[in-house]
Amino acid sequence: MGAITAGIVVFPGSNCDHDTEHAVASFRGIRPVMLWHNEHDLQGVDCIILPGGFSYGDYLRSGAIARFSPIMQEVIEFARKGRPVLGICNGFQVLLESGLLEGALSRNRDKKFICSRTTITVSNTSTLFTSRYRQDEVLSIPVAHGDGNYFAPPEVIERLEEHNQIVFRYCDAEGNVVPESNPNGSLHNIAGIINREGNVLGLMPHPERASEKLLGSDDGRRLFESVFDSIAGRQ
Amino acid sequence: MPYNAKIKVTLRQSILDVQGKAVEHALKNLGYGTVDSARIGKYIEVSINETERVEAERICNEICQKLLSNPVMENYAFELEQVN
Repeated sequence: MGAITAGIVVFPGSNCDHDTEHAVASFRGIRPVMLWHNEHDLQGVDCIILPGGFSYGDYLRSGAIARFSPIMQEVIEFARKGRPVLGICNGFQVLLESGLLEGALSRNRDKKFICSRTTITVSNTSTLFTSRYRQDEVLSIPVAHGDGNYFAPPEVIERLEEHNQIVFRYCDAEGNVVPESNPNGSLHNIAGIINREGNVLGLMPHPERASEKLLGSDDGRRLFESVFDSIAGRQ
Repeated sequence: MPYNAKIKVTLRQSILDVQGKAVEHALKNLGYGTVDSARIGKYIEVSINETERVEAERICNEICQKLLSNPVMENYAFELEQVN
């Protein structure tokens, strides 16, 4: 069997694309493939990662213009076929704008760009993105965003809760999901959600920035590992 | 004759408008005690090369829903005027 390939979409303004490439390339048997926003060819990749950054300068709204780029039409198609798509930070914003995930991300509650280490807890380990985590495990993963305040109408939140689609929540060091551990005002401390079908996940924290001990934490590593294991059929 | 669309995109009332809040506080600090609130939105001008008003209106609604606003958290309104 050939290498598993992970497509990393590069928009003008992406700035975590190479960090993500670095993290992906550190896994044995996994090959990162950079996908330029203006292309239509997904080059047969096995999964797709929309990296963090400021696609199209965050003009209009974060992710709003990236959502209509040529490559995104293919990514949407790819996702609708049930293939794995991961959106990190700006990538999460693009997934929401494209309608692959429900809700929206507005300006942080305290008006500030937040660049700091946060702790999040894993609320659902039965997804292809989280199978290598333990239920309610506390992870140390940094955030870096200005628009990370998750919002959705009450009926959507209810649906997300009902189908266990809230995968990551901001918590304190002990794993308590409390208002004090909410950095940006997100409803229900939501840090990451998955679609109903279970193949599209978006989160604000940056797992690629917590993918080796040298960076202060390697808690993000198992997110990538879970995806690659799932593709390789190692459950 | 083409149409000029003057489009306003505003955050829904249920969404916390942090920029508006900051401006509101600044105005109060300046001594404008009668200022109750301030909200910040976006103003966009689009010129549409259509001769039929109804068609220009249709396009305007479509682009507002598709790209210019995010219906999850924003409302939009527009005025159309014919340009001579």
